[in-house]
Amino acid sequence: MSGGHRLSTGGVIDRSQTLRFRFDGRDYAGHPGDTLASALLASGVRVFGRSFKYHRTRGLLAAGVEEPSALVGAGEGGRFEPNTRATDLHLYDGLVSESQNRWPSLDLDVGAVNQWIAPFIPAGFYYKTFLGPPALWKLYEHVIRAAAGLGRPPQLPDPDRYERRAAFCDVLVVGAGPAGLSAALAAARSGARVALVDLDRRLGGSLLGDPVTIDGQPAKDWIDAAEAELRTRDVRILTRTTAIGYYDHNMVYLAQRVVEPGARTGTDGISQRMWRMRAGRVILAQGAIERPLPFEDNDRPGVMLSGAVRTYLDRFGVAAGERFVLATSGDDAYRTAVRLCDAGLRVDAVLDSRPSEAIDPALLRRARDRCPVETGVRPLRAIGTPRGVTGLEVRAASGTVKYVADVVAVSGGLTPSVHLHMQAGGGLDWDEGRGVFTPTAPRQGQVSVGACAGRFQLADALSDAWRAGLDAAAATGGKPVADTPPRSETWAFADQASAFVPAPGVNPKKVFVDPQNDVTLGDLDLAWREGYRSVEHQKRYTTLGMATDQGKTSNLIGLARLAENEGRPAPQVGLTTFRPPFIPTTLGLWAGEDAGFHVTPLRRTPLYDLHAAFDPPWQAVGYWRRPRAYLRAGETLATAALREARMVRTTVGITDVSTLGKFEVSGPDAAALLERVCATSVSKLAVGRGRYTFMLREDGLVNDDGTVWRLGEDRFLLTSSTGGADRMAGLISYARNVLYPDLRVGAANVQEHYAAIAVAGPRARAVIAAVVEGMVPPRHMSLDRGVVAGVPVLVIAASYSGERAFEVYAPSHQAVAVWTALAEAAEAQEGGLYGLEALEILRVEKGHVETGGEIDGRTSAHDLRLEKMLNPRGGYMGQLAQQRPAFADPDRLQFVGLESLGGPIPEGSMLVERPGFAVQGHVTAAGIRVLEEGFVGLALLKGGRARLGDELLAWSPTRTASARVRVSEPVFHDPAGDRYRD
Amino acid sequence: MKYSALSLLRAGLGGHKDWPRAWRDPDPKPHYDVIIIGGGGHGLTTAFYLAAVHGVRKVAVLERSWIGGGNTGRNTTIVRSNYRLPQLHALMELSLKRWEGMSDEINYNVMFSQRGALFLGHSDSDMLQLAQKGDAMRADGIDADLMTRDQVARLIPLLDVSSTARYPVQGGLIQRRGGTARHDAVAWGYARAADRLGVDIIQNCEVTGMDITGGRITGVQTSRGAIGADRVGIAVAGNSGRVAALADLRLPIESHLLQAFVSEPVKPMIDTVIMTQSLHCYISQSDKGEIVLGGDPDAYPTYSQRGAPHIIEKAAAEALALVPALSRLRMLRSWAGTTDMSFDGSPFIDATPVEGLYFNGGWCYGGFKATPGSGWLFAHLLARGESHPVAAPFRLDRFETGHTMDEPGVGPMPQNR
Amino acid sequence: MMLIPCPHCGPRAHAEFTFDRPVEAITRPDETPDALVRNLFSRDNPRGPSRELWRHTYGCRSWITLTRDTATHAITDVRPVGADA
Repeated sequence: MSGGHRLSTGGVIDRSQTLRFRFDGRDYAGHPGDTLASALLASGVRVFGRSFKYHRTRGLLAAGVEEPSALVGAGEGGRFEPNTRATDLHLYDGLVSESQNRWPSLDLDVGAVNQWIAPFIPAGFYYKTFLGPPALWKLYEHVIRAAAGLGRPPQLPDPDRYERRAAFCDVLVVGAGPAGLSAALAAARSGARVALVDLDRRLGGSLLGDPVTIDGQPAKDWIDAAEAELRTRDVRILTRTTAIGYYDHNMVYLAQRVVEPGARTGTDGISQRMWRMRAGRVILAQGAIERPLPFEDNDRPGVMLSGAVRTYLDRFGVAAGERFVLATSGDDAYRTAVRLCDAGLRVDAVLDSRPSEAIDPALLRRARDRCPVETGVRPLRAIGTPRGVTGLEVRAASGTVKYVADVVAVSGGLTPSVHLHMQAGGGLDWDEGRGVFTPTAPRQGQVSVGACAGRFQLADALSDAWRAGLDAAAATGGKPVADTPPRSETWAFADQASAFVPAPGVNPKKVFVDPQNDVTLGDLDLAWREGYRSVEHQKRYTTLGMATDQGKTSNLIGLARLAENEGRPAPQVGLTTFRPPFIPTTLGLWAGEDAGFHVTPLRRTPLYDLHAAFDPPWQAVGYWRRPRAYLRAGETLATAALREARMVRTTVGITDVSTLGKFEVSGPDAAALLERVCATSVSKLAVGRGRYTFMLREDGLVNDDGTVWRLGEDRFLLTSSTGGADRMAGLISYARNVLYPDLRVGAANVQEHYAAIAVAGPRARAVIAAVVEGMVPPRHMSLDRGVVAGVPVLVIAASYSGERAFEVYAPSHQAVAVWTALAEAAEAQEGGLYGLEALEILRVEKGHVETGGEIDGRTSAHDLRLEKMLNPRGGYMGQLAQQRPAFADPDRLQFVGLESLGGPIPEGSMLVERPGFAVQGHVTAAGIRVLEEGFVGLALLKGGRARLGDELLAWSPTRTASARVRVSEPVFHDPAGDRYRD
Repeated sequence: MKYSALSLLRAGLGGHKDWPRAWRDPDPKPHYDVIIIGGGGHGLTTAFYLAAVHGVRKVAVLERSWIGGGNTGRNTTIVRSNYRLPQLHALMELSLKRWEGMSDEINYNVMFSQRGALFLGHSDSDMLQLAQKGDAMRADGIDADLMTRDQVARLIPLLDVSSTARYPVQGGLIQRRGGTARHDAVAWGYARAADRLGVDIIQNCEVTGMDITGGRITGVQTSRGAIGADRVGIAVAGNSGRVAALADLRLPIESHLLQAFVSEPVKPMIDTVIMTQSLHCYISQSDKGEIVLGGDPDAYPTYSQRGAPHIIEKAAAEALALVPALSRLRMLRSWAGTTDMSFDGSPFIDATPVEGLYFNGGWCYGGFKATPGSGWLFAHLLARGESHPVAAPFRLDRFETGHTMDEPGVGPMPQNR
Repeated sequence: MMLIPCPHCGPRAHAEFTFDRPVEAITRPDETPDALVRNLFSRDNPRGPSRELWRHTYGCRSWITLTRDTATHAITDVRPVGADA
């Protein structure tokens, strides 16, 4: 027997064109319209890969996305996609593919030895052995990890793009089979905005592999007519698009393959597209999935689903083999048998487990006209080798009978695809007679029609779907039309009883339920015996349904086995949860355009380009980037930072502080609002003056700090830290709108409206005087307005560095001119630019607390030596929470300074008496004296405020560094503030 | 039957017919010394240690559904003790030490794999925080090592360490004793071990009421009838508020949701647990070969176990920013767990105002790693009526007193964690 | 992805919004310490309808209150803040 081959006619493929591709290093050819599976099958390939655990050979079971076994690696380099279902990979010219989980080759595989030790490695064997210390497990595990996994991992960055689109529709129809098309036609004719999606490349669904007639036309013509009409009605038709996730409030995620796995993209570079579709109503028409039958060695290549055999024949013009036997528990296999016979292929037998009186006589007659049909016959075992089946052994009334075949087509019943219905929070009814779960109790206005609703009859599917289409249109404002639904006169096939139970005498350990993970009925029985009797325990203990197909063909069989073992009906045993995605979907698609550099937005200050021109080392601060220093030739970051700090202490420096939070608060009650947001007093500020301030959280701990300025009687500017800006924006808005809606005040976040430039140093005054027209440089903690290079600016006098300093606020769009003028003036004063590192050195020497450093979300105003500034009149946020006992604990971590008695203090290090002794605190920041010798730091120390003069060790075991330090006041530079006060 | 390679071999020859049930399926007795509400990892370890360490044998674990079905079976299986605060060091390190002896202790392979838990740093301030954390850990006797960028690159060859990345890798902090474990096995293994000590594990038994007289608990009402008890412990993270409400207790907890997802299995590509200081995703590869990923919480109260997709999109984007080669791996399955969000990020192991009623919960999204430590400490509390010194800070009234333990310092709103 | 009907902007994806707190946890600085602790630091945390404060942070930035079922995510009774009074 030569196995699968292409027929000279039939199918919806284009035989006039040839597509060349490779599989495991060999060249093959196929046609447009093929899948990789159909093309390989047509070329006589039977073995596609090996299973996960036992490395048994695996062929095609199915023809669609439910395929559990035929997985390949597709593409090359950065486009390599492992674990791609050959049945869901539409063939393209130049496709390079490879089989998986075999070494050194598919035929000769070392891992196949696992089959011989299979009796010793049943479900969950690993829980019972490899015991011992973790170090020993690590050795075993190394081997196990290498043996596990399926495909090769990709190694290279992905060169392609993934797009994300938001879309809306009145009615979303999922699945463009007969039911989906009928529903879409009804809804569209009724005036609804319709979207129709299907995971296949063309519309038609099961009709593509089924030569039935609808409204008197061959199905293919009806599909074409339906599609043409839908297009004229502006229906959004998305093919190669799978509804993968049904989220809250009718948000359905649609994954669209723009190009096939591993294929080159078009000029737009887009490989896949994710649609976030928000629908008014959702009609689910996803069809049903056929189940295999339980018999020994039912995992052999050549054992295929009956419907799949028919699909390969009628859609792809491929005979799956030379000699067929069909084993079935229902009617579907008869359709396959008839089609095979009519195509001139040899069908040795249809083997039906039902007694003949349970079978529709017309159906029997129709099949028996063409091939032998045996009833009351149950399959026992597939005969064959790792290369595939050679026959089937069955039990008939007369005894055991063997049939020769290279394809054993099986049909164990249909499972409605209720995945999305369940993701949407729906319920299920159990139909004991037919052995199916059908959808009920929709939660989000979704409705299931056709086979996914358990309506397997084509005529039922068409009419149900039509009605659902009209209803959905009506619910979203359409006007239902009075047209008649499409009709099919195709022969009726009775709904079948499902066959879950193998024939007596079949060894359950040889019956595969999950062929990818190698889970057998014996494994399920073992799990049950050991007490893993919840359906979830069975799944997790045996790994049933956890393979890449997520149990689409196997879960119900496993459930039935559990119900049988429990002696309870299936619905009482329950179901495992249906979780997105419906089919595995690449992480690149989920990430969309946010992958790589765009993972988070980059915030640029108005002066960003000026900094970038220096190509400085950047510091990420939230979404911002700030220059750490402006390096000169030969400088390191540290030497540059020190040079810049010295420049600020001796002449003048300018730096970009635009990232600070800025809020403008105005109105008659502006001061009142600020005194609720800020923990310091505000209302006593004179117009034109400012002060340091800080804010508490509702739990009484310090939230952030900044400055507040009275711009006018009813108008204030509040600044906050860079890191705290978003938090403060929320807090101010909350206070204004939720807590105190009656205050007559407006609060605007003006962080991005103004650039802020700090000018600091003994010559800062000279720079301001030289550059700002129309004003005298303001006194410390005062403000004034002026003009720089024609740009109106606000100048405030506040010092962070410990030198006389100003901050110049300019409108963002005009800030470059202001910066340029200030930079030139600074240079004229022998100063220049300084970055974040110098800023940090200066603030540590001056002992300012910093959000993210000493303000770490756990420190109180008292811990930070700020309690004297608390507004004695109270009424501010967080005031009462400070009265809790812990706030008076003498052992709290409190803010202190550290003077090194030796070298540099390791930042972040622990404060201890000696190495190994209890931790008493930690170094929050460390720096070097700018103009003097020595190293200093800031710290949070237990009871620190009472411990001035104590000597401790700043100990960093991770860096094997330490320094002896003396606890001091946290201000090392100009404690009296003489350098900036007037 | 003791589990071992030998017993597996012998059973294999006999067709695996004789394996006994891992745990019995007993009917509830009328009265127990201690009832644990909640058959997750925390409840089952508590029951085991009550019997094994404290000699309390009349113990029942009541599980509404199937054991291990809550957050024990819905996490990313990461085990580590790399925290910053000393109270959490004590708690998580006690737990980590128990992990190290777990498979032997319960004769069940939980596959605790010490492949290292690495935090990446992407800026100087990240590295400073990592150094501070590492120094704090080392000072408290916990292993931690700073790594340079080159060392990180060698450890994870597929990591993008280029300087042009949006978050360039500057280095990392690794806890080599950290790693992953097989989450389900923890529940099953402790259930089996506790069962062998006589603990009754009662599934499909929902607690519907608490019998409290004179401020003292005397038992619980369940879907399988009334059951008396001298002491009752609640360990139902995710549903803490609902169970506590049966005793008229109001907790400093909101129930939120955290999603996670796995890829299809591939051959080994990532050997270490990767976390990051600037981003929120975490990445590891299971023994089966699946890449396990998680990200931000959904950040609003919900019991739905239904997450929103944009959260997954963000986590995937972050993972790809770190390991670009993950782009063509497919997400196989996503899921969500209900997290017991406390208001400082730290858990509770404490007595309640009802005499004889004790509470364990508030584990936020960090409960799995704490499983054996939590059980150890809760068993101590239930057996002796007083807190183990390590559990002492994890009081229910700490928001009233202000003795909070807020590791990230983000304040009392759970959605900010 | 919930759809939240903003009273100002109409229905919008919940990714545009941020949850702030259950309405019961809105505390004013002038409350007593006991009330503060009760309201700020403990919760009913219901499974079912819950009255919540959200903000249309990435939209109109307004504060809104809504009744949302924490089990089903069904949203009813959305109001601008202040309209409750």
